[in-house]
Amino acid sequence: MTEPVLVLDGVQKSFGALKVTDGVSLAVAPGELHALIGPNGAGKTTLVHQISGMLRPDTGTVRFRGHDITTLSPEKRARAGLARTFQITSTIASLSVLENVALSVQARAAHPLALFRNAARDERLNGPAWAAIEAVGLAERAHVPAGRLSHGEKRALEIAMALTLEPAAILLDEPLAGVGREEGERLISLLKSLKGRYAMLLVEHDMEAVFALADKVSVLVYGRVIASGDPAVVRADPAVREAYLGEEG
Amino acid sequence: MSTAGAIAETPAVATPLPKRRPVIALVLFVLLALIPVATALGLPSHWLSLVTRAMIFAIAALSLDLILGVGGLVSFGHAAFIGIGAYVTGIMITEGRPEALLALPLILVACAVFAAVTGAVSLRTRGVAFIMITLAFGQMGFFLAQALSAYGGDDGLTLAERSTVLGFDVFANRTRFFYIVLAALAGCYALVSIIVASRFGRVLRASRENATRVTVTGYDVGRVRLIAYVISGMIAGLSGFFLANQTEFVSPAFMSWQRSGELIFMVVLGGTGSLHGAVIGALAYLFTEEILSGLGEYWRGIFGTYLLFGFDLRIAAEHWKAIFGPLIVLFVLFTRGGIVGIISKLGRRHD
Repeated sequence: MTEPVLVLDGVQKSFGALKVTDGVSLAVAPGELHALIGPNGAGKTTLVHQISGMLRPDTGTVRFRGHDITTLSPEKRARAGLARTFQITSTIASLSVLENVALSVQARAAHPLALFRNAARDERLNGPAWAAIEAVGLAERAHVPAGRLSHGEKRALEIAMALTLEPAAILLDEPLAGVGREEGERLISLLKSLKGRYAMLLVEHDMEAVFALADKVSVLVYGRVIASGDPAVVRADPAVREAYLGEEG
Repeated sequence: MSTAGAIAETPAVATPLPKRRPVIALVLFVLLALIPVATALGLPSHWLSLVTRAMIFAIAALSLDLILGVGGLVSFGHAAFIGIGAYVTGIMITEGRPEALLALPLILVACAVFAAVTGAVSLRTRGVAFIMITLAFGQMGFFLAQALSAYGGDDGLTLAERSTVLGFDVFANRTRFFYIVLAALAGCYALVSIIVASRFGRVLRASRENATRVTVTGYDVGRVRLIAYVISGMIAGLSGFFLANQTEFVSPAFMSWQRSGELIFMVVLGGTGSLHGAVIGALAYLFTEEILSGLGEYWRGIFGTYLLFGFDLRIAAEHWKAIFGPLIVLFVLFTRGGIVGIISKLGRRHD
């Protein structure tokens, strides 16, 4: 048995009287694509925030590569190899695609905050950035400001930024939300190409995509995991069908 | 025809940002360097001190642009650093130690410490709260200076002499002083330009736009901003050193909140985030101030009368701030990106 990369144990979070995360435990193994599905308001994004460090759980622990990271700041988690993308895409709009990715490369470089070292012409940053941009199919758009990209391209850019962090795990918060069919298919094949190389926690609404991609599926309803396991088994689970899949018809 | 075809074929890629900035800055510094020549050829000699003063404020405005324009942090207490620089200079001269090579390191350390302490507190906040806290720290400096009764207190401190360099009175000659300030300004401009283009600068710029993204990429945004704040404060301290030497007088008014507001105006007037905009803004601000406050005299010099349509311009000159205020408001409302924005718009039209 390989040690899981990411382990959540009894994570709880309340906003006032509302329990948004109610004792969530799950584990993501190396190279595993673990999908997290659930109806709107189930607390999926809140959970991702707690894993990436933007929110702190009230109780419970988050373990990453064997270390307890529950109280670690988001930037330290990123440096430890935990990358994420956002439900609402988050890039630096005025910087070009290349600069966005180079910013990410720079975070892992030897002197990320060097005061007098020119950044734009630095091949040690641009080289790896180009490789990632080509991997996600954005090479032709490399000099376009991120703010002018299409929605799907921004998603791809976020993934390129995550990849250059050389992560051990990637959190993908609804990467297909708001993306057109054609771009969606391109993103799905991109995620497929990454499968096995990174542990991924995929939060997604698109059931077709989830069942095409996931090795394992967990279902979150009202902040609680009601089912977890093999996609086919989860799909057949009557509780899941009632709580979630039923709605989709 | 072939050019039209080439334009049509050029894809949306390969349009890097215009590289005009160093050219404009270079032209600007060359023009400034010609001012002493112009005064020798007949430009009223007080323009030499006026431009010297404008360049001193340009150093401070430039330093403010690093945190305000590039970093997105509206500091309303930046005059405090000018004040620290001026007071350290003034106190050392009063104590019989006019050596600049002693005063300057002390100023840089004092400003760095003040910036590190006040920055560590104020950078925990954002937006209006940040403005208010920096304003409060700025006022703290103001009242502290007022309380320095051994060094003039409320009345300020008149300096018995100027700073010296290795014992030489290098600031006595006005033209030499002009060129020293110009060299300092150009040096600061080069330094800040290099910082903005550096790895550090990229993270600072990115943090202004999307701090969350920069954080999850693994950067400590608070630390980056604090470093920028400290660098900015140290450069502003240098401008205080020159200001004390030019006016041969130091007073609490150097660090009043109005002065901090003026610095923000200069940066906004010139165009935020472009660096040379801050320099242009500072020059434009002081020139406009000069011309408006001397409106009647200028008019008489040209037309031989104080009257314009029967209106005595000396009255307007007396209340020049009432004209200046609305002018600034109109300018900010109707131009995007300040003076630099206008320049680049004109440049694009010519292309």
